[in-house]
Amino acid sequence: MLEALGYPFFQRALLAGLLVALLSGLASPFVVQRRLSFLGDGLAHAAFAGVALGLFLREEPFWFALPFTFFVALAITWVKERSGLSEDTAIGVFFALSVALGAVFLAKARGYVGDAMGYLFGSLLAVGPSDLLAVGAMVLLGLALLPLWGPLAYATLDRELALADRVPVVFHDYLLSGFLAVSLVLSVKVVGVLLVAAFLVIPGATARLLARTFAQMTLLSLLLALFSTLGGLFLSLLLDWPSGASVVLFQALLFGLALLKTGFSGEK
Amino acid sequence: MTALEVRRLSVRFGEFRALEEVQFSVPEGAFVAIVGPNGAGKSTLLKAVLGLVPYQGEVLVYGLPAGKADPFWFGYVPQIKTFDRSFPALALELVVTGLRRRWPFRLSPKEKEAALAALAQVGASELAYRPLGRLSGGQLQRVYLARALIRRPRILLLDEPATGVDRVGEEDLYRYLEAYQKASGATVLMITHDWEAAHHATHVLVLNRRVVGFGPPERALSEECLRQAFGHVGHAHGLFVEGGRA
Repeated sequence: MLEALGYPFFQRALLAGLLVALLSGLASPFVVQRRLSFLGDGLAHAAFAGVALGLFLREEPFWFALPFTFFVALAITWVKERSGLSEDTAIGVFFALSVALGAVFLAKARGYVGDAMGYLFGSLLAVGPSDLLAVGAMVLLGLALLPLWGPLAYATLDRELALADRVPVVFHDYLLSGFLAVSLVLSVKVVGVLLVAAFLVIPGATARLLARTFAQMTLLSLLLALFSTLGGLFLSLLLDWPSGASVVLFQALLFGLALLKTGFSGEK
Repeated sequence: MTALEVRRLSVRFGEFRALEEVQFSVPEGAFVAIVGPNGAGKSTLLKAVLGLVPYQGEVLVYGLPAGKADPFWFGYVPQIKTFDRSFPALALELVVTGLRRRWPFRLSPKEKEAALAALAQVGASELAYRPLGRLSGGQLQRVYLARALIRRPRILLLDEPATGVDRVGEEDLYRYLEAYQKASGATVLMITHDWEAAHHATHVLVLNRRVVGFGPPERALSEECLRQAFGHVGHAHGLFVEGGRA
């Protein structure tokens, strides 16, 4: 199996998977604690609409998915901040809108539906050097945003206290939404629309079961995301399973083990 | 020196008028109890002082508009603990946010020492390493108070700090507050429904969207003021009369 490491396509797949894991592992604790799991799904479907538009126009889908998903993420945050509607309601509206738009674009783009399937389920093995470059750039941006971990965590625990301390909470909400949107679109090619939300939820959820502090949760989430990606990719190679699905199954396995541990030890 | 100057303060949420032309002035070192019926705008007043709600009029903190005052001047204990109970955190970490204004990834020895001292100040040393989500209402109040005190604020804003605290704990809480106020010379604004506690204050602000009464407790808590604010004096007023404090 180690022979696979010698193949450039597998090296690219591995690197892309690990970079996506870094992004999702970092964002996942915030997604879990801010109850944004549904946002991951909503944005994934927005990405799907963008991909479908790209396929309809016979252009590179990524360049349509990126701005479309980014716009939807900001729109969801804007509707939540301004209308008084709950976040899940705002997400629900844009989720439905995106699926409807995606269905219309795909219906009009007959003959390209096969490509759409690739985006729905993702393929690590189809990752090209330009994809790697884009994910790498996003990881660098993620690292540049690391100083915001403290203020974001503070507002995640108690929004009012953070506001009273003049933390720019609303601006940070938009930043987080934008970061999630771009990370998600970059991950779609690797993981697929249907499974990408799992990357944003499962590592953080597993880490939450094991951690006592938010710092521990963040570190654990990162480690679990990286470990699941490695494990899942080798599982995919070994059993000839789809790569994204294998990683998510590996993540789910670790979540199940953490759940068993906390269940038996009575910890929370 | 005037710590807080409120001039013609009005706060509206859509059509709802939470505060109307509120005006009062608090000298430095005063202990102000804010009383009034539910929905009287007491919490909104504290939020206006913190710059958390848009308002008309003026709120000056040591001469500066509320939104421009240094956040470290304020020690705030909110009324309803809106924090996420599932958030993995230790009480000690929350206290340290009082020093940092952000969540700590790691605590420095100096911060740890300061946080432990603040928790000891409110009699909550044993809570330092407990998960926040497992604390009772009264324990949380103490941890939030320690968080407010650790920064040695010039103005303490307390929104019903005794909520969820048992009778003995409540007395302790007021004792800590009094001791801190005397030692630091800080100004305290405390919303309370406890008439006895209000009588210990240097000033009482009786609020019902407008200022009904402001001044020393014996004047502001007069039967007339309370009747104006609450529509009736009720049993609570009787309690402090019976207690011999009227």
